Amino acid sequence: MTEEIIIAGFGGQGVLSMGKILAYSGMMQDQEVSWMPSYGPEMRGGTANVTVILSDNRISSPYLKIFDSAIILNQQSMDKFEEAVKPGGVLLYDPNGITEHPKRTDINIFQIEGNRLATEKGNLKIFNMVILGAFLKVKPIVKLENVLEGLKKSLPERYHHLIPLNKEAIDLGMANVKTLKFEEVFNLN
Amino acid sequence: MKGNEALAEATIRAGVDAYFGYPITPQSEVIEYLMIEQPEKRTGMIVLQAESELAAINMVYGAASTGKKVMTSSSSPGMSLKLEGISYLAGAELPAVIVNVARGGPGLGTIQPSQADYFQAVKGGGHGDYKLYVLAPASVQEMSDFVEDAFEIAFKYHAPVLILSDGLIGQMMEKVQLRPQKPRRTDAELIAQEGTWACTGKTSDRERNIVTSLDLKSEKLEERVHRLYAKYAQMECEDLRYEMINCEDADYIMVAYGSSARISLKAMELARDKGYKVGLLRPITLFPFPKKQLFDLADRVKGFLSVELSTGQMVEDVRLSVEFKVPVEHFGRTGGIIHTPEEILEALEQKIIHNGTVRHHKTREQSI
Repeated sequence: MTEEIIIAGFGGQGVLSMGKILAYSGMMQDQEVSWMPSYGPEMRGGTANVTVILSDNRISSPYLKIFDSAIILNQQSMDKFEEAVKPGGVLLYDPNGITEHPKRTDINIFQIEGNRLATEKGNLKIFNMVILGAFLKVKPIVKLENVLEGLKKSLPERYHHLIPLNKEAIDLGMANVKTLKFEEVFNLN
Repeated sequence: MKGNEALAEATIRAGVDAYFGYPITPQSEVIEYLMIEQPEKRTGMIVLQAESELAAINMVYGAASTGKKVMTSSSSPGMSLKLEGISYLAGAELPAVIVNVARGGPGLGTIQPSQADYFQAVKGGGHGDYKLYVLAPASVQEMSDFVEDAFEIAFKYHAPVLILSDGLIGQMMEKVQLRPQKPRRTDAELIAQEGTWACTGKTSDRERNIVTSLDLKSEKLEERVHRLYAKYAQMECEDLRYEMINCEDADYIMVAYGSSARISLKAMELARDKGYKVGLLRPITLFPFPKKQLFDLADRVKGFLSVELSTGQMVEDVRLSVEFKVPVEHFGRTGGIIHTPEEILEALEQKIIHNGTVRHHKTREQSI
């Protein structure tokens, strides 16, 4: 199994750290992983994105043009990556700030109001974990226990008391993801 | 771990005595990691941020003269600044490791990845008759492993060794298996091993050791240059490294190193899915270069595509090796843009497989 994912949004939304946690989770279940961030000028006050690959085999290119799944968190990223989803792939997005909703008819589209849910919880920092929860509901590529192990690995020890809060956020995302378009015939791995 | 962090950790574990550097994107994590990790508490290794790249490379010269294991790292514009010092290191036959996490140029260029420093790395760069042994890591694992390997070569030949990486390998994270901690050499061990040439402090029972790249007598300098070139010949015999993937049955071969090798590997998978017999030759050392391997492959394949993040530098060495037996073409994006596997496949089809005549599958279907 190989899963090629792009996560894209604004700097500060936790895009890179979400990718890191996903990569560590894959590592916890003995998969090969790669995490390739955009580190360029866009990161310095604009959009940020990261390519994460989880695979049972050796990973060839860490840099890709098309993806199995796209997690899209702002309009600029929608403009850039909607077309980059493989036919039959998954597009998950947060409608907050989205003016042009996805129009593709050959992919599966899901929505998660991560920004609203995190705000209601009173802690915007859990936003990315809400999104991750929603993604894992749609594509259970890593087990929840491995995500928690991954969190332990990627967070410094002084933040380990926050892991239960992160788990809550993941559950919140899992419970609230909306299916906008889903065809059984599409390959969901 | 990020490639840069893996390299920094490997430096501590290789028992290195000192690191002198100056921060520059996309390489800054090396010195950042070392500063945070405080290796002086773990192994006694010194980490120092110099006031400039020039200072850093000259600190390397000084410390290397004493037989210590020393390293510096930078990215393209900083490498240009270090070239004077590197030429001096090569001339004085000093062991040292230099790392270039390359970015787009010329000039200040961009902070995005690039492989346009190939000429600088393998064709001298600095002045005078010298070469560097050049290792090109293509994964985070190799960023870690090549540090110790580079020091082995540097001390085997008493010559500076370059690790030529780029922003893509430096910034990405992958799984990495770190090697165990090697102890730093004690002063007694160092004197026993390097005492014949290094400036370890003159004792009354031996002559002075002199480290210099200056030979005003032309005969002496010629002798020195010939000695250097004898080492380079030995490197070509004993320490050439390369990897061949799916080359046994290949009709076409891509030649790529570092990050381009990774992307080309995916292009190769896509090509094989389409039924093309494509292989990949990955030079792991850029000097020495797998000349003979390319020369031999040219007898059984129809063409080569050199894939680099540049307008075509290594392609010249591929052509020299192949000696025009079959077509050799180049493909690569530059200026910090990274080519995608799909772009490489398209170039392979257009430039090599269909040998210049553009035949798209779509147009073929349409004509049917």
